Amino acid sequence: MDLVNNLTLGFGVAFTFTNLLYCLAGCILGTLIGVLPGIGPVATIAMLLPATYALPPVSALIMLAGIYYGAQYGGSTTAILVNLPGESSSVVTVIDGYQMARKGRAGPALAAAGLGSFFAGCVGTLILAAFAPPLTELAFKFGPAEYFSLMILGLIGAVVLASGSLLKAIAMIVLGLLMGLVGTDVNSGVARFSFDIPELTDGIGFVTIAMGVFGYGEIIANLSRPEHEREVFTAKVSGLFPTKEDFKRMLPAVLRGTSLGAALGILPGGGALLAAFAAYTIEKKTKLHPGEVPFGKGNIRGVAAPESANNAGAQTSFIPLLTLGIPPNAVMALMVGAMTIHNIQPGPQVMTSNPELFWGLIASMWIGNAMLIILNLPLIGMWIKLLSVPYKYLFPAIVLFCAIGVYSTNNNTFDIWMVAIFGFIGYSFFKLGCEPAPLLLGFILGPMMEENLRRALLLSRGDWIVFVTRPISAGLLAAALLLLVIVLLPAVKSKREEAFHEEEA
Amino acid sequence: MKIKSQKDFFSGVMFTVVGVAFAWGATTYNVGSGARMGPGYFPLMLGILMAVIGLAIMFSGLTVETEDGEPIGKWAWKQVFYIIGANLAFGVLLGGLPSVGVPAMGMIIAIYALVIIASLAGSEFRLRSVLILATVLAVGSYIAFIWALKLQIQVWPTFITG
Repeated sequence: MDLVNNLTLGFGVAFTFTNLLYCLAGCILGTLIGVLPGIGPVATIAMLLPATYALPPVSALIMLAGIYYGAQYGGSTTAILVNLPGESSSVVTVIDGYQMARKGRAGPALAAAGLGSFFAGCVGTLILAAFAPPLTELAFKFGPAEYFSLMILGLIGAVVLASGSLLKAIAMIVLGLLMGLVGTDVNSGVARFSFDIPELTDGIGFVTIAMGVFGYGEIIANLSRPEHEREVFTAKVSGLFPTKEDFKRMLPAVLRGTSLGAALGILPGGGALLAAFAAYTIEKKTKLHPGEVPFGKGNIRGVAAPESANNAGAQTSFIPLLTLGIPPNAVMALMVGAMTIHNIQPGPQVMTSNPELFWGLIASMWIGNAMLIILNLPLIGMWIKLLSVPYKYLFPAIVLFCAIGVYSTNNNTFDIWMVAIFGFIGYSFFKLGCEPAPLLLGFILGPMMEENLRRALLLSRGDWIVFVTRPISAGLLAAALLLLVIVLLPAVKSKREEAFHEEEA
Repeated sequence: MKIKSQKDFFSGVMFTVVGVAFAWGATTYNVGSGARMGPGYFPLMLGILMAVIGLAIMFSGLTVETEDGEPIGKWAWKQVFYIIGANLAFGVLLGGLPSVGVPAMGMIIAIYALVIIASLAGSEFRLRSVLILATVLAVGSYIAFIWALKLQIQVWPTFITG
């Protein structure tokens, strides 16, 4: 059994003292930022990237991954207790979770979220371990034309799932692609769009973009909103355990959420947010049992399903990254950055050239999920206390960590000036109603896309037909087209808008 | 003509202008042909694409009815000023500005400046609690970044350490 051998190798790596420590650190940090509204995994991972320079690559990736899936656990706590999504992927948990808390059933709600997440995390990891090798095989058949088409599919996927205007999301991707091209062209050595600034010939650092747009931009946006009263149900968390009846309702919801989340996580553009959202929609469509609380009034299934789905999605979104080297969402785009910092080229060769990293990372996710369930259920009290930290103490700290993080990437103040510019740009995006996540994806994929397009066209002597004559490439493009057509269909379009409106409510 | 969605119209303007700028900039490099792409080929393509999408967004901002006209609303200049200002002050104090002869003051002083300026962006400002926060963050950063992670950051002003 290959899988068993590989996992043994992985657990061997993950069960060293240092790696366990970094896994724990990542999980604690992930829960922390998950609990705190206003700071998400994108900004946190961006902040910590420079700090992981000194670590061995395996430990660094284990910790960063822990932050991402840890945040999915933490986010539900805030959603249930404060009626605010601690994390964007917990937006739908708010609806029923908070209602349960108001009825004095915060404990079972938290337990449903935690247990569902744990189950989904384990299944997601297992899927990752089982499906990564065959997909890697497939990836080796990919030529430049296939890669180019795959990236098109990935970007279209990301757009389709973004909330708000489709056109704006596409424009943001193109803007990201263009910004990715700033700097020295690898083929000709020409410094493009660098305005004779020496620092810009290396390209715009993506840590600066991520921190500027996601860190500063969001802080400014948060501060400009009037402060609303936060009602925290701290005293009412008693009796964590769900009743037998709860378990009976939860179980099918968790199973549905997990399978849906795992499937959507693999899709380009997918990940935790979409998974949670789709899972809730499906639960709402199923028939209510006699005597069950309706959705929106504190139904436990409305907590269990999306929370399992976002964890499964978070886990399986590592599949495209680890097998194809293509990031399916903004957090995975940052993981690409983390791997590059450590001189690991993400892609199918990672599994063969760095098996201890590949399997170590996967094994660490199991351990991490186990740590998280302990961190989030028995130790829930600790996190609840944190919720009482007011934002006025929080945001100067976030500004500080962004500034230090940016500076230490290159030990150069130039990056601090850049992040100031991007902070303003990020706030402008917010004002203009442009979602920034597609921009970051485009930014990471820009140079890769240009390179693959160049190679594909060089091989075909400038003939664009190559993208449709090669079967895999044609299939990927057809899928991208299909996605676009589906979203543009009037019926789906109105549903989609309705769906995202609900999410904002 | 009346603008029906301010957000759409002005983001469309932004995309168009930036797209045209990139496309125009790309023409100053060698564009080449499909089989032999020059450094200008891909950015030119993308620039034109973005300008076209921008125009479409502008158009939809003028034609598609919205309930409230989707106004952009007031800009939070105060918050922008203090947050960005805090960041810039941090950079100047940490690294100095050798070109105009400002010496580097090091991380600790920069942290105090950043926390104080950033806090001014909040709805209330109490110097005492802000100073306590700054001290906590300064000590915490020293332990985390200098002592534990061993980042190469200047901690104290140049004239003290020499």
